[in-house]
Amino acid sequence: MNAYYWLYLSSVLFAVGATTVLVRRNAIIVFLGIELMLNAANLAFITFARLRGNLDGQVIALFVMLVAAAEVVVGLAIIVAIFRTRRTASVDDVNLLKY
Amino acid sequence: MTVLSAALPAGGLVAAARTGVAHVIETSTIGGSTASGTVETWAWLLVAFPLAGAAVLLLGGRRTDRWGHWLAVAASWAAFVWGALLFFSLQHHPAAERSRDLHLFTWVPAGSFHTDAGLLLDPLSVSFVLLVTFVGSLIHVYSVAYMAHDPDRRRFFAYLNFFVASMLLLVLADSYLLLFVGWEGVGLASYLLIGFWNHNPAYAAAAKKAFVANRVGDIGLSLAMMAIFAGFGSLAFRDVLPATGHASQGLLTGIGLALLLGACGKSAQFPLQSWLGDAMAGPTPVSALIHAATMVTAGVYLVVRSGPVYQHAPTAQLLVVIVGAVTLVFGAVVGCAKDDIKKALAASTMSQIGYMMLAAGLGPVGYVFAIFHLLTHGFFKAGMFLGAGSVMHGMNDSVDMRRYGGLRSTLVVTWATFGLGWLAILGVPPFSGFWSKDKIIETAFATGDGARPWLFGGVALLGAGLTAFYMSRLFFLTFHGRSRWTEDARPHESPLLMTVPMVVLALGSAGLGVLLAAGDTFRHWLEPVTGAGAEKPPVISSAVLPWLTLALVAVGAALAWRQYATRPVPTVAPAGSLLVQAARRDLFQDDVNEIALMLPGQYLTRSLVFVDNRGVDGAVGGIAALVGGLGGRLRRWQPGFVRSYAASMLAGALAVTLGVLALAVRI
Repeated sequence: MNAYYWLYLSSVLFAVGATTVLVRRNAIIVFLGIELMLNAANLAFITFARLRGNLDGQVIALFVMLVAAAEVVVGLAIIVAIFRTRRTASVDDVNLLKY
Repeated sequence: MTVLSAALPAGGLVAAARTGVAHVIETSTIGGSTASGTVETWAWLLVAFPLAGAAVLLLGGRRTDRWGHWLAVAASWAAFVWGALLFFSLQHHPAAERSRDLHLFTWVPAGSFHTDAGLLLDPLSVSFVLLVTFVGSLIHVYSVAYMAHDPDRRRFFAYLNFFVASMLLLVLADSYLLLFVGWEGVGLASYLLIGFWNHNPAYAAAAKKAFVANRVGDIGLSLAMMAIFAGFGSLAFRDVLPATGHASQGLLTGIGLALLLGACGKSAQFPLQSWLGDAMAGPTPVSALIHAATMVTAGVYLVVRSGPVYQHAPTAQLLVVIVGAVTLVFGAVVGCAKDDIKKALAASTMSQIGYMMLAAGLGPVGYVFAIFHLLTHGFFKAGMFLGAGSVMHGMNDSVDMRRYGGLRSTLVVTWATFGLGWLAILGVPPFSGFWSKDKIIETAFATGDGARPWLFGGVALLGAGLTAFYMSRLFFLTFHGRSRWTEDARPHESPLLMTVPMVVLALGSAGLGVLLAAGDTFRHWLEPVTGAGAEKPPVISSAVLPWLTLALVAVGAALAWRQYATRPVPTVAPAGSLLVQAARRDLFQDDVNEIALMLPGQYLTRSLVFVDNRGVDGAVGGIAALVGGLGGRLRRWQPGFVRSYAASMLAGALAVTLGVLALAVRI
């Protein structure tokens, strides 16, 4: 099977994730989009590792998963905290940090 | 010392004394077990006494109000006693060894630049020390009574002490750099004292004027020091003065002219003379101190001390004579028209210092008579200023001579002492002025070739006649003729504390000339410093010249007698001729300064302010407004919506990726 298909899949996944982040307002969904983008990147890494025949890309993918896990913990905690204080999970309602 | 030994090889002492480059300075360690050695080693006490007095009075504050003035008087007299001891100790040495360089401490050790602070004791500096401390101390005593009712008497005495200390430092310094310290100290002290009653804006302005005029001169002295250091690599007299024979003519002329500018500022010589008349704003003892003992004599000292420089720079030397001659006539003309007793005396000082400058430009013989005249002038001018103070004291502080008249009967002591000073300044034998001023006239007639002796001798002679007229006018207006007092004037003789110093100074005015001139004592005393110049006979026979001078003096005095003693004097000044009107305005010196210097300066500053406000500030303000406006627009990009941030991040990432790809494709 041609390895490029995996790259196409990765691109599609990344585009779906990015679109989700840009168009959805619910913080949880936005978060899902981010995860999707991260995993699309992971997929690309692994594909390239396979294409080049070394393990560097796989190692990076493991790192990304690790960081993503940590990020989910922190991110969800922030979302919960915001929800508790402001009774909303919409990212558009949280717009205090501006000019 | 290397420079000295290079310039003066073995046997050079005698040769140097003969050629006139006689600034030979011994750097041998002073001392031994003799008493004279001790006096010389501790010579710095001379400066330290009055300086300590000033410090105690200024730092002690009101606690010293009750006894402070006596402390100042004691400090000044202590300096005089030490100076006298020093004088006698120097006399023990043979003439060639009377120059002692006393190393005090290493002052500026900065790499190759190395300057020591040291005192130079030689006949010239010790003569000044004696004049400054003696006359200064008498003025201190006088001031105790004169300033008795002033609430700030303590501060006044602190400044007086500081003045004396600065002047002593000036004349005792062994390098131009240390001299400059004293020079600036004198300038500061004069500023503080002229503006002592600074609650009067006119007096404060007078002080500022003196300060500014002095700054102009100081620029000259600074430039001279830079040129000296560039040319000789040192600022010490012992390195510079003996080496002048090897320096280039141009350098020496430049140094000489710059030094002359400095001397003009300090000594109120043309064209920097305008501050002297206004300096009368200070209390009268200050005027006496400035005019007789300190300050204005410093310029003459500088020129005489730098004698070897001028010896090798004839152009600069000629200019010294010209400045002296111009100032001499200038001051005399102004003195003829002034009705303010202090301003007339100030004009007279200007004129007499002009005599000294003229003499100082005449070479080694002239140096001696310049200093000689400086000493005798110190006595009679201090005496007359104190006398003027005494008159003012008795006349409600009025200075208008047209409201004096006939004071001889009430102010007997003042009249007698002032009279002696008057005879001395006129140059009537055997009073002191005769011995010094006539010699200057004679030397002026004897120096140079062609028309020069006639020109400068003639100016000096004319000056003597003018001096006789305006001083007699002053004397007769004040003490003779009918009384023209204002109704509230109750003239009375001053207390003993004031009259005793006047009497002492009057005795000096009468006798000092004979004392120093007899057997050429003073000339031989100064010879190790100034060198002995070849004396030429004057172009008018020296047997005739004194009689000629005396005749002119008699004519001047007689004219003044006829005009101001026998005829009634109007209490309001008559309009007078154009010359009189010009002289009353100090020959337009202030107008010239204002038009030539002040107005262009003001216009320059105004235009600079305009450029600063509109140009510089405009550019700065414009840039700030631009950046601020731009920032105001740009911050709209930060709306606070997370998704728009995400969009811009995505756009950025895309742009970077596309850019990298494009580059990769091109390569």
